Amino acid sequence: MKFIQEFGRYILMLRDMFSKPENRKVYWKEFMHQCNDIGIGSLGIVVIISVFMGAVSTLQTAYQLVSPLIPKSSIAQIVRDTVLLEFAPTLVCIVLAGVVGSKIASELGNMRVSEQIDALEIMGINTKTYLVLPKIVAALVVIPMLVVISAGLGIWGGRLAGQAANILSTTDFDKGLLNSFLPYNVFFAMVKAYVFSFIISSVPAFYGYYVQGGALEIGRASTKSVVVSCVLILFADYVLAAILL
Amino acid sequence: MIEVQHIKKGFGDKIVINDVSAVMEDGKCNLIIGSSGSGKTVFMKCLVGLFRPDSGSILYDGEDFTNMDAAGKKEIRKKIGMLFQGSALFDSLTVEKNIQFPLDMFTNWTLAEKRKRVDEVLDRVELRDANKKFPAEISGGMKKRVGIARAIVLNPKYLFCDEPNSGLDPQTSLVIDKLIKELTQEFNITTVINTHDMNSVMEIGDKIIYMYKGEKEWEGNNKEIIFSKNQRLNEFIFASDFLRDAKDMRMLEQTGKIDNDRNMEDLVR
Repeated sequence: MKFIQEFGRYILMLRDMFSKPENRKVYWKEFMHQCNDIGIGSLGIVVIISVFMGAVSTLQTAYQLVSPLIPKSSIAQIVRDTVLLEFAPTLVCIVLAGVVGSKIASELGNMRVSEQIDALEIMGINTKTYLVLPKIVAALVVIPMLVVISAGLGIWGGRLAGQAANILSTTDFDKGLLNSFLPYNVFFAMVKAYVFSFIISSVPAFYGYYVQGGALEIGRASTKSVVVSCVLILFADYVLAAILL
Repeated sequence: MIEVQHIKKGFGDKIVINDVSAVMEDGKCNLIIGSSGSGKTVFMKCLVGLFRPDSGSILYDGEDFTNMDAAGKKEIRKKIGMLFQGSALFDSLTVEKNIQFPLDMFTNWTLAEKRKRVDEVLDRVELRDANKKFPAEISGGMKKRVGIARAIVLNPKYLFCDEPNSGLDPQTSLVIDKLIKELTQEFNITTVINTHDMNSVMEIGDKIIYMYKGEKEWEGNNKEIIFSKNQRLNEFIFASDFLRDAKDMRMLEQTGKIDNDRNMEDLVR
């Protein structure tokens, strides 16, 4: 029963955030601010994770492909598809659910508890439009970009590790990368990136916006939003794979 | 003028506001007083539209705010300024930007015009030097003044203050009270103040509404409150011996007698 109630409130929040902005310039500024916070703010961790993710993929794939019948270039092929199909969109988005999600939930929660949201309401501002919508739109714009960067860096990390560990040469790696490449996989990765971006931004916004109480509740809402986002990402990952692959 | 007509508000089975009617007059400080849990904050939140009353209506200059559509409410809210108990300043913005925010949102003024207006209100609340500071870098009293500055920057017709003196020392409280009173009279604003502060009640209470357990128990002004026979009000407002002495001294001063069974000689001594 509580789940249905919460889901209903979530849908209502999403519906109510579509209203005419009071001043487009201020909303644009807020959107750009969120793009910076979500995109540039998470770039460092995305770069680190992606490079190591690709590097480890190469080493572990090589460790498992011991047969002399399998060409070395298949390692690159496997790394490419693993990074594109799963690691870049899913793993990065799970990390972002923690980084971005907790930030959104605690920011909105703090604004709710310290009556800043009430202050905006009294000024005549639709707080869902002003506070929630720019976060979701910014996430939809910058997180897929981060996923693209992550995929590129992941493959580059794999190439680097392959060469550094003397597993395969860069020529073999590049050859493998182009072998049996399906552009549809990129489309699939982008669909996942958009769906996950929506989850990462809207779920924490919901938990933060409706927080009640004090500092303890803000912490709880933040944790809950990250857990729910991660579960939803994994669930959506399965559903999308079942439908699109 | 704000007219409140028989409003009721409850949460679940608990009735918090029960059939309260009142008139908040223009150019006056209308104070709502009462002990904690008496429904003052819920009453004020109903007035500004943060809570919707279960029944009854609230009229802003004759317009029914309670049953207005979202667009109508938005228009009324543009005429409302509010000072929150915790000031509710935006943490990420400087004092200057906090005050400028309503101007950014609701006017098409140039940056120079906005800055001029911000400087005017900062001067009005005597905070010109703090304009570049962040809310975390200023004191509680300064935050309240910034809150007032933000509330009045768009020249509101109605000003709401939720416990403006909470957490402030008596001297700063007086400064805040004086500022609110001056602004109310200067711009003929309808000011509604929720307070516990007896000093404010006596200093600026042009109209006082005493609430008890969600109902309006007494209504009057800061002159009449001294002579009120309402026992609950007297117990609430003159809770300490010190305040009872002060009340009796004031009565003695004004009428030459006190109308209770206390020993006048003890009082004078």
